[in-house]
Amino acid sequence: MNVRTFRIGGIHPEENKLTHEVETKVAALPKQAIFPLSQHIGAPAKPVVAKGDKVKVGTMIAEAGGFVSAPIFSSVSGTVFKIDTAIDATGYRKPVIIINVEGDEWEESIDRSDKLETVEAHPELTPEEIVNRIKDAGVVGMGGACFPTFIKLTPPPTAKAECVIINAVECEPYITADYRLMMEHADEILIGLELLMKGAKVTTGYIGIETNKPKAIELLAQKCAEKFNGSAYQVEVVPLKQRYPQGGEKQLVDAVIRRQVPAPPAIPVNVGAIVQNVGTAFAVYEAVMKHKPLFERYTTVTGKRLANPGNFLVRMGTPMKDLIEACGGMPEGDNKLLAGGPMMGKALTSVEVPICKGTNSVTIISGDEAVRKEPQPCIRCAKCVSVCPMGLEPYLLAKLAAVQNWERSEHEDVVSCIECGSCQFTCPAHRPLLDNIRMGKSTVMGIIRSRAAKK
Amino acid sequence: MYGVIIALLPALLVSFYFFGIGSAIVCATSVAACVLFEWAINKFMLKNERTTICDGSAVLTGLLLGFNLPSNLPIWIIIIGALFAIGVGKMTFGGLGNNLFNPALVGRAALLVAFPAQMTTWPKVGQLTSYLDAETGATPLAIMKEAIKSGDASVLDKLPDSMSLFLGNHPDGAGAMGEICALALLLGLAYMLWKKIITWHIPVSIICTVFVFAGLMHLANPIYADPVSVILSGGLMLGAIFMATDYVTSPMTPKGQLIYGVAIGFLTVVIRNWGAYPEGMSFAILIMNAFTPLINTYVKPKRFGEVPAKK
Repeated sequence: MNVRTFRIGGIHPEENKLTHEVETKVAALPKQAIFPLSQHIGAPAKPVVAKGDKVKVGTMIAEAGGFVSAPIFSSVSGTVFKIDTAIDATGYRKPVIIINVEGDEWEESIDRSDKLETVEAHPELTPEEIVNRIKDAGVVGMGGACFPTFIKLTPPPTAKAECVIINAVECEPYITADYRLMMEHADEILIGLELLMKGAKVTTGYIGIETNKPKAIELLAQKCAEKFNGSAYQVEVVPLKQRYPQGGEKQLVDAVIRRQVPAPPAIPVNVGAIVQNVGTAFAVYEAVMKHKPLFERYTTVTGKRLANPGNFLVRMGTPMKDLIEACGGMPEGDNKLLAGGPMMGKALTSVEVPICKGTNSVTIISGDEAVRKEPQPCIRCAKCVSVCPMGLEPYLLAKLAAVQNWERSEHEDVVSCIECGSCQFTCPAHRPLLDNIRMGKSTVMGIIRSRAAKK
Repeated sequence: MYGVIIALLPALLVSFYFFGIGSAIVCATSVAACVLFEWAINKFMLKNERTTICDGSAVLTGLLLGFNLPSNLPIWIIIIGALFAIGVGKMTFGGLGNNLFNPALVGRAALLVAFPAQMTTWPKVGQLTSYLDAETGATPLAIMKEAIKSGDASVLDKLPDSMSLFLGNHPDGAGAMGEICALALLLGLAYMLWKKIITWHIPVSIICTVFVFAGLMHLANPIYADPVSVILSGGLMLGAIFMATDYVTSPMTPKGQLIYGVAIGFLTVVIRNWGAYPEGMSFAILIMNAFTPLINTYVKPKRFGEVPAKK
């Protein structure tokens, strides 16, 4: 087996995939669902409902607030309770729509049957139609970044798409939502991939999966052969060596097609690749074939001390508290609650934070692991330099941010940082490298934006 | 730090085997003095709440300093060396992680300048029970220097053969405690590479450069010793494996480390052949320590997605 991986840096954190073989359960409906208006990269959505309005499952409650934006749909039926602010996964109070749940009544346009709809059976699906349906269903990248999917499918005129790469790497420890989705809905994912390829007008597709998921590799390779052999499409399942952060878009492109995306503002399509998460492929299938907007997703709820960690098909807007209760409740003692996995997840201050489009996992780190170790002086061992997958010098970027030298930070390419946290993971002195670099990156990006605005 | 200390154990045991009680006294004094100075300066001068004693860095400095000294050096001189190493070499810059120069080498260089006589007479191996009264002999490097000064290649016949230089067991062999046995030091290198404490770049580039440069000199004029003897003599192995690879004072990127290593190798041979002292390793490392910030500033890792410059 030809096992590829990316070429610079990388680490191998403890996997802790506690829920690999735990079948997905459908999460119970919440009593009240909370919908932040900013669940994607770009402009926040604009509410189109008012207090007291009745909504069904699948009713649009907020429309796209700009070109780079996405509409938001209700995941429950009931009455709009209020439009207010609440703490979301960023830790800040943001505008939200709160809906009191009554029953479970769906919009009639949604096809709720299990019947597999194939692309061949729907000749009306032109590339433009596919892209429009994806756009109208509010589909965004489900891996966590939440970039609106339709924009990725319509690259700028300077770039030409050559292939679609499905990101089934799931290199982040603990998380198994994508794996369960592949095991349970492989056919739908492949049709989703076909739709993405048709929408982007390409005929080559890859599915990148790490070798710690042999069953998924076997299943998808077999299904791919059945489905695409003899068709107009060439699709290959690419087994990848386990290495973090392989699920990073640029690392995956490097691993699969051996091309390196240049420094920002270049994006993967500049080297011909459109990268989509498996969850996104599934959402695309449902949006295009089943007329089902994006309002539920697969999420892993996990932690070493949780009584029953599991994978859930969960309606968006469900507070994390409900899912944690479904897994046996918050463990005793000190816990750290993360939206996402231990490497890239964001620590949360409240269990009331709702599941959003990008919440691939709720991870609870308990006991000593939840406590940061005291930082020691940097002895310039250069471990951070050797693991950085972007070829940066984390020790230097962290120091430059700490002394607020933004000019030099920009010169040292701080904006190329993908915030994977490999440096902080590997630092033997437990230094908060990523925290400082994130601060430096956001400040420098702000400076670059304001400079561009002045011109 | 403790990984490096483990890697030094073979060389430490060998030095006990060859130099006996003198070696034990020198090492113990050096380590104890380094730890004591680090603790005292932290507590009474810098007034730090937290000490850095437990991280093992002072122990390591003490061991490395001891390895660079003759095993018949009086205790009071060792203590002065430790004060220079920790006080001047490390703590004046702000302690662990901030020093520009390798502390153990700062200590050794200071002693070499202040006590040239004591620091250049080396006891012979095998005198297990003697300390200050040990009989001294000529080190291989001193023999090489003599050959160059006199211009007489036959002086080199007095050199021990390569195998005894490698094992350190020549009866007339003499030298600093830690540098006598190349085999023990190479074992330490193997351990550090296995445990991924260091990468190969610095030691290999230093040793290769010295081998090639010394080999060319030997071919050009036989008064310069053969390259195998050159790389097995003096502090070259100790320096290349344990001193030049010090994290704090060496460059961060593999490319930078190669530049640093090649320059150290080159300077070592230059000082050995044309300088005043027979040994050039420690000065070569100190000189390149000074260039490390410059190398870090200009030698960058290859960024992801960077298009190689077209020629």
